[in-house]
Amino acid sequence: MFVRVLVQEDDFDVGDELGRLRSENSGAIVQFVGVMRERNEGDVVQSMLLEHYPGMTERSIEAIVSEAAERWSLHGVTVIHRIGELLPGEQIVLVAVSAKHRQAAFAGCEFIMDFLKTRAPFWKKEQLGDGSSRWVDARSSDDDAAQRWQ
Amino acid sequence: MIRVLFFAKLREALGTSSLNLEYSGDVAGLKQVLSLRGEAWRQVLAQDNILCAVNQQVAADDQSLSSSDEVAFFPPVTGG
Repeated sequence: MFVRVLVQEDDFDVGDELGRLRSENSGAIVQFVGVMRERNEGDVVQSMLLEHYPGMTERSIEAIVSEAAERWSLHGVTVIHRIGELLPGEQIVLVAVSAKHRQAAFAGCEFIMDFLKTRAPFWKKEQLGDGSSRWVDARSSDDDAAQRWQ
Repeated sequence: MIRVLFFAKLREALGTSSLNLEYSGDVAGLKQVLSLRGEAWRQVLAQDNILCAVNQQVAADDQSLSSSDEVAFFPPVTGG
C-alpha cells in the first residue's frame, strides 16, 4: 500500500496529491480537505497557530492509517497536516484514500479523519480580532465521531 | 535521567517546554514529584483531562518509567 504522511508548514496541492494516488487498479479516490474558518464560537479569528508533538504526530497518524488498512482494502493513503501560522480560508489538512471501489475509499477516509481529530497530537491556538488569543478546546462531538467506529 | 515534555496550554501555564530529571516510579508518581515545583504545577497536573505519552505512545497513570524514557504531558488534542 502507498502511504504518504507529511507534517509541514507549507501548503499542499490537492491535484498533485490525487495524481500520486491514481492508478489503473484504483477505481475510487476520496479526499477530505479541512479549511480554516474565519469564525469560531461566534468570534472572528484572524489567524491560528498549530502546534504539534514532532515524532509522535507522525507515528500516531501512521498507526491510524494502519488500522484503516486492516479494516478496508485500501490501495493508497495520503495524510498532510499543516503546522505553524494559518489564515482563514487556508487549507489545514488533507486526507486522501484510493481503493478499488468507492465504499472502502469513503469509509477509510472518514475513519482516518475521525481518529486524526481525536488522537494525533496537534493543538490549535486562535488569534482573535480584539488582539486576544485562546487555545481551542477539544469537542465531545469529535470523540463521538471516533467512538462510532468501535 | 528521564526527559519530560509539555505542550500547548500546559507548556504556557508552566512556562516550560521540557526538563530532565532523575526519577523512577510510575506516571502518577512523576506527577506528584512535579507538583512540588509550585502552585502552577500542582494546578496543571491535577487537571483530570491532561494526557500523558511515554516514548510517544499514550500511557496511563500506572505505567512505570525507566531511565531515558521520554514522557510528555499535554491537553486533549485539537487538530484536523
